[in-house]
Amino acid sequence: MNTIFLYSLAGLATLIHNWLGKFISSELGLHILELAIIGLSLIVFLVLLCFFLGYMERRVAAFMEIRLGPNRVGPQGTLQIVADTVKLLFKEGLTPNSSDKFLFNLAPFIMVIASMMAIAPIAFAKDFQIYDINIGVLYVSAISSISVLGILMAGWSSNNKYSLLGAMRSGAQIVSYELSVGLSLISIVILSGSLSLGDIVLSQQNGWWLFKGHIPILISFVIFIIASTAEINRAPFDLAEADQELTGGFNTEYSGMKFAMFLLSEYINLFIVSAIAATLFLGGWMPFHIGGGPSSFNHIMDLIPSSIWFLGKTFTIIFIIMWFRWTFPRLRVDQLLNLEWKYLLPISMVNIIIVTLIAIMGWHF
Amino acid sequence: MRGLIEENIITEDGEFILNIGPQHPSTHGVLHLKVWLDGETIKKIEPHIGYIHRSIEKMSERLSYRNFIFATSRMDYLAAHINNEACALTIEKALQIEATPRAKFVRTILSELTRLASHQLWWGCTGLDLGAVTPFFYAFREREAIMAIMEETCGARLTQNFMVPGGIMTDIHPNFQQRTKDILEQIKGKYKEYDDIMSGNVIFENRTKGVGYLSKEDAISFGVTGPTARASGVSCDIRKWNPYSAYDQVEFDEILSNGGDCYARYQVRMKEMRQSVSIIEQLIDNIPEGDFQEKTKMVIKLPKGEYYQRVETPRGELGVYLVSDGSANPYRIKYRSPNFSNLSVLPAIAKGYKIGDLVAIMATIDLVIPDIDR
Amino acid sequence: MAFLVNYFKTIYKTLKSLLTGMKVTGYYFTHLREIHTEEYPDNRATLTMFDRFRGEVIMPHNTDNEHRCTGCQACEIACPNGSIKIITKQELLPDGKKKKRIDTFVYHLDLCTMCNLCVVSCPSDAIVMGQNFEHSVYDKKTLKKILNNPDSKLMAGVE
Repeated sequence: MNTIFLYSLAGLATLIHNWLGKFISSELGLHILELAIIGLSLIVFLVLLCFFLGYMERRVAAFMEIRLGPNRVGPQGTLQIVADTVKLLFKEGLTPNSSDKFLFNLAPFIMVIASMMAIAPIAFAKDFQIYDINIGVLYVSAISSISVLGILMAGWSSNNKYSLLGAMRSGAQIVSYELSVGLSLISIVILSGSLSLGDIVLSQQNGWWLFKGHIPILISFVIFIIASTAEINRAPFDLAEADQELTGGFNTEYSGMKFAMFLLSEYINLFIVSAIAATLFLGGWMPFHIGGGPSSFNHIMDLIPSSIWFLGKTFTIIFIIMWFRWTFPRLRVDQLLNLEWKYLLPISMVNIIIVTLIAIMGWHF
Repeated sequence: MRGLIEENIITEDGEFILNIGPQHPSTHGVLHLKVWLDGETIKKIEPHIGYIHRSIEKMSERLSYRNFIFATSRMDYLAAHINNEACALTIEKALQIEATPRAKFVRTILSELTRLASHQLWWGCTGLDLGAVTPFFYAFREREAIMAIMEETCGARLTQNFMVPGGIMTDIHPNFQQRTKDILEQIKGKYKEYDDIMSGNVIFENRTKGVGYLSKEDAISFGVTGPTARASGVSCDIRKWNPYSAYDQVEFDEILSNGGDCYARYQVRMKEMRQSVSIIEQLIDNIPEGDFQEKTKMVIKLPKGEYYQRVETPRGELGVYLVSDGSANPYRIKYRSPNFSNLSVLPAIAKGYKIGDLVAIMATIDLVIPDIDR
Repeated sequence: MAFLVNYFKTIYKTLKSLLTGMKVTGYYFTHLREIHTEEYPDNRATLTMFDRFRGEVIMPHNTDNEHRCTGCQACEIACPNGSIKIITKQELLPDGKKKKRIDTFVYHLDLCTMCNLCVVSCPSDAIVMGQNFEHSVYDKKTLKKILNNPDSKLMAGVE
């Protein structure tokens, strides 16, 4: 499969590694240079991704709302988001006089850093992963909960009553939904027997977990989508922002690039959550195979690069989460907690027990 | 703690003071609510009004009887026709004339179209306030078509000023009937969509059911009218109790509900839209031929006395109280606006609910702020 | 047991209602011809307003630069906002008689609310509502308009 190797991302990475190896002899120097390249390309990738997600969200919203959406700047409005970013760049980064200035300026960075860190163990393509940490699932769920600190900081330091209310709401929300997200991830971990995202993808060689026919996995997938939508503060769970109630919530006082960072982190979080769902439930970069189907079909599926598979699955889930946002009204704060503690958590707990039973009895395949 | 009290952030009892408005997305205008909060629970609300006071009542005193009507379009700008009609009816009452039958029918049709358009906007805004942005655009699609009818016949979309003493300003446009029938068909086809995306949605039901309970006694004692009161079981439809224009010639139901909560108010309005459609359907093909305007003098002078006329706007009872001293200008005009009374009940019914509920309650009371201040 | 049945019934109803809602938005997402947006500055060439649309007050002149305004000031009285001001002059007619004619018909567009009362009150149909609605200007002074053309005359037969 030499041809496929050429245009795969893993091939590209190896190529760069070998090429750099010619110039730099020391192992350490090579590593540092490569890390810098990875960091830089990651930031560029994420910013471009957010541009695309911003455009996608506006277009999806517009089409669902029988509007056209941005279609002026660039072909089909694709450059609109660039224009908006430039506008935000030139805007004054206002810091309110009576705010806690240090925390106020720190909060957006914490949000962005927390979301960027979580991208490390995600497998973008076959053999193409920044760091296949052996506790990948745990790492992602641990890192993503740091962002609540950023929201709380932003809300508190703004010295604005709306921001404070928004931050308090988000604190309660993220802490509770963390549980269901974790429990629904554990069900996959139990079945695949590994916390490493790379291994989890490999465990889906002969079928994605979602389509293997385990009902508990289906349930935990639904719970994961709901709970993670809540965890990344998107409608219908965007209580921390709640434009119509709290006029923007925790980011009421932010403007310019600091505000843009909140948007950036929101979109990175959206991507990560969808990527995790795609990796754990939909086989990550694994192509779609039909078990007993004709081998020619499976072969054609193999020809599609693994990165396309991964991004395709991720964007499908992103689209579903956007679809939620542009359809549903917002929940109330007590209903939000009701949903978690009365429905999602008990169901995921029972679900875990069933999954464990399946795993112990060896009923899965 | 002391510092916070001095800075007016919390009260002595540890209650958090939040100023919602005058610029807030869900007050639909410049309404200022001072809210005392315990956590997220509302302890007390104090509405502060007057930010958009334009002294329409005082201004009318120096305008002639023909001229002052236009200003009422700016009171409840979503029901401009009905406001204009109220003034025209008051003058007709004082002159002891009646509009021509043709004018009466057209007035009724236009009023019901206004009611439909207003309820459409309210439906969209309720969705918007509860966090669902999409229904707003679906509502505006139908509303735009109604606005096009207004534009074609009356010449303006929002502030029509089409009702004059004695009838209507000009005859209806030749396309009027066909267009109206088309929009009725369109709206009838969209009911299911409205129910699918909002009424049946479980999040929406949870947000509105049992929220903002208004008892029948409270509704009466606060002078609440319109769909808000009818959702609490108060029968107060002026169109039924005190028919004006052509309402005595049509069959329609007064929608009543005993729920008293936001969901009941929502359902009452949704059903009223269907009633409006049925009223228009009964009238649209039977508009009598004849003059569209009763002849009145160039300069209208009302006989000395006091006159009162009330009409049913989409938000409740609008009363026009007019005192005439026999000259060409009104001596005093007082509007009993439905929104002012409906707002007065907000502090009573929002107590004990959350901030999110306050938004839902305001949305279902359907406040139009310029009508409160006038 | 009844509790459990209710519990699962709630979940079923919830999911069903949410999916019904998503079906509506999904329908519009896939049916792009339902889009209602009017791309305004682009459709200027084809955009026609309704013939009764009230955009501004205009005074039509015929090809001989004649209008129908007799200067009776009925519109000035009818206007609730004082946006019309008629300045008259005495004009010497060919037969030697002096007659009142309009000198300038001043119309303040910035004060006008397009209520149509002036047009209705005009006994000689001299003014009508125009359909132009693009009135944005940089200088407020340009909103004060003089409706009668320079050197225009009263149309013969209008009294």
